[in-house]
Amino acid sequence: MTIKVGIPRALLFYEYAPLWISFFNDVGAEVIVSDKSNKRILNNGTIYTVEDACIPVKLYNGHVLYLKDKVDYLFIPRIMGVYEKEYICPKFCGLPEVVKYSIKDLPKLINTKIDLTKSSNMKDAILNMGSYITTDKKRIISAYEKALIKYNEHKSSMKNTYINEQNEQIMIMGHPYILYDEYLNMNVIKKLKSYGYSCITPDNLDDDLVNEYANSYPGKIFWLFFRKMLGSCLYLIENNFFDGVIYISSFGCGIDSVVAETIERRLRRETNIPFMLMTIDEHSGEAGFNTRLEAFIDMLEWRKINENNISTHGNNLYSRENNIRGVRY
Amino acid sequence: MGTTYIPVKTILEELDIDVVLPPMSSKKTLELGIKCSPEAICVPFKIIMGNILEGIENGADTVFMLTGCGPCRFGIFHALQNEIIRDMNLKIEFITADRFSNLAGLKEFSARLKEASPKNNYLKIFNTIRKGLKILDAVDELQELTNKIRPIEINTGEVDYLDTNFSHEIRKVHGYDEAMNLIIDYKEKVSSVKIDKTKQLLKIGIVGEIYTILEPFINLNIEKKLGVLGIDVARSISASEYVREQLDFLPFVHSGKKTIYQAAKPYLEIPIGGHAINTIGNSMLYKKQNFDGIIHLLPFTCMPEIVAQCILPTIEKEQDIPIMTLVLDEMTGEAGYMTRLEAFVDLLVKRKDLKNEGNSLSWN
Repeated sequence: MTIKVGIPRALLFYEYAPLWISFFNDVGAEVIVSDKSNKRILNNGTIYTVEDACIPVKLYNGHVLYLKDKVDYLFIPRIMGVYEKEYICPKFCGLPEVVKYSIKDLPKLINTKIDLTKSSNMKDAILNMGSYITTDKKRIISAYEKALIKYNEHKSSMKNTYINEQNEQIMIMGHPYILYDEYLNMNVIKKLKSYGYSCITPDNLDDDLVNEYANSYPGKIFWLFFRKMLGSCLYLIENNFFDGVIYISSFGCGIDSVVAETIERRLRRETNIPFMLMTIDEHSGEAGFNTRLEAFIDMLEWRKINENNISTHGNNLYSRENNIRGVRY
Repeated sequence: MGTTYIPVKTILEELDIDVVLPPMSSKKTLELGIKCSPEAICVPFKIIMGNILEGIENGADTVFMLTGCGPCRFGIFHALQNEIIRDMNLKIEFITADRFSNLAGLKEFSARLKEASPKNNYLKIFNTIRKGLKILDAVDELQELTNKIRPIEINTGEVDYLDTNFSHEIRKVHGYDEAMNLIIDYKEKVSSVKIDKTKQLLKIGIVGEIYTILEPFINLNIEKKLGVLGIDVARSISASEYVREQLDFLPFVHSGKKTIYQAAKPYLEIPIGGHAINTIGNSMLYKKQNFDGIIHLLPFTCMPEIVAQCILPTIEKEQDIPIMTLVLDEMTGEAGYMTRLEAFVDLLVKRKDLKNEGNSLSWN
């Protein structure tokens, strides 16, 4: 009988799904991914988690509950950081503990420590991960290599979404586990598309480009997400392809409280690009969310029609070209 | 942060830098801070922001602050504060020093100090840092003593009177010698307070995030409040211990870091940033030292402590020690807070009585 490995569809699953699934399949396990988030999963998670945790963590516990009795192993990695000297939120470092002490009677955990902050040696972690399933080291390594190729393909396929100047485009920022979880973000990408706007996420931008921009920030950047968001924001400021920015943050998120503020201040100081911060938690109602989204879109539309005629210079006062302060009349 | 300003002030004064002390954190500080801070950030950020603004009001033109580079938000405070201040059209410079957990960090720290006071040479700077550390230790000892004496004093309020006087006077002294003399003076005064040695005391340990533990304005003077209720309070983190933890790569500095990490091992294997592992480890140590209860303090939305908060209920059950978690932010009301403290203490008293009775029964 093959070993069943459960992967909760939450948090970093959205970043690493192809890697994890392909890896565990190739070492000979059967991978079970929890259902897409829904009300029941969230409610269950909320009951079992401390109140102060953020909604993605609660949702994670919900997914764990969903998988609990269906699998032999649960894959809950302890991810300290994936680049040198860059950490991620402390809740990820303590994720196995958060789950272990919130939910009773769990199946065995695969809680390999993935720490690339000090050295970029991945091998031990990979072997440890695989050792739960098989003793064949060669198989583990080759499975990882294959998985990595798949992951990279997936990553570069996301970059292919072209950014062009003609489109009506909105940049959506936020953690990947909020941006790609349709239940959590109330289908924001689909909704925006139905209004005729295409959505760009920081994942669509070129990594090197983002890093290059992020390096111009004066403070030390030690969060992966911070680097990504900030780099995209600075990219936005220099390149004028966007009609607006929507930042979706979860209530109580420590990183967002810093990142969103920095980005908002930068955007307001240096450009005229409209910015909206949406905070979600387990009490968010979809109607209120929609209203704000519609209002934001309306504002973008009105800007194009009404505010264009004010200028006496024959130049549109608020066209996309004039989002940059320097150009503004 | 609590009394940490004393050694820092001494260091800077010894180096002939003009020091502008912001007034003690107060409601006004917090309000100033809240106005211009992001809403979801933790209270320490807001207070520090307020401190900076009040410092500017008093004529400061440079902010000196420590930063750190770890998963906790603390390391990014200065950058964000810089942005905010820039948007407010205030002119102020930031001198930041990374935490000094290795030789390079220590070097950078002194280089930063030199930047602020070009007249001094490195030898003097190193000496001054050493003096500052001595002050830090002395202040912490004084505070510990105050906490020990407070619950057993015969004339209630005597220690608090000395404590308040001390914090007023320390702001007026200048330089190392004066500060040290004042601390020693007050140590003598506090130890000569009349005490009742026979009094039975409950022991409560305070664990949690460092800023909330050390800053009496945020934790609404928890040590004083508990002391008045007749409780022997031990706080797990002090500024001097924190500095020692940072410096313990040096062969002559010893800290309790290893013991704490060892104690935390059954529940949390590795440090995850902030003081989460200290919270867990110290709770276990308090249990071993037969404390009657533990109070866990954290600022609202503190990331590392939320992980600790997830683990603590299990420790409470498995180790059989009552733990109360108090989340602090600018909305914390003093009355409700006091009620919870009193209720917790009442329960502990009852629990101890029951335990004692149980023991005596079994002897019969």
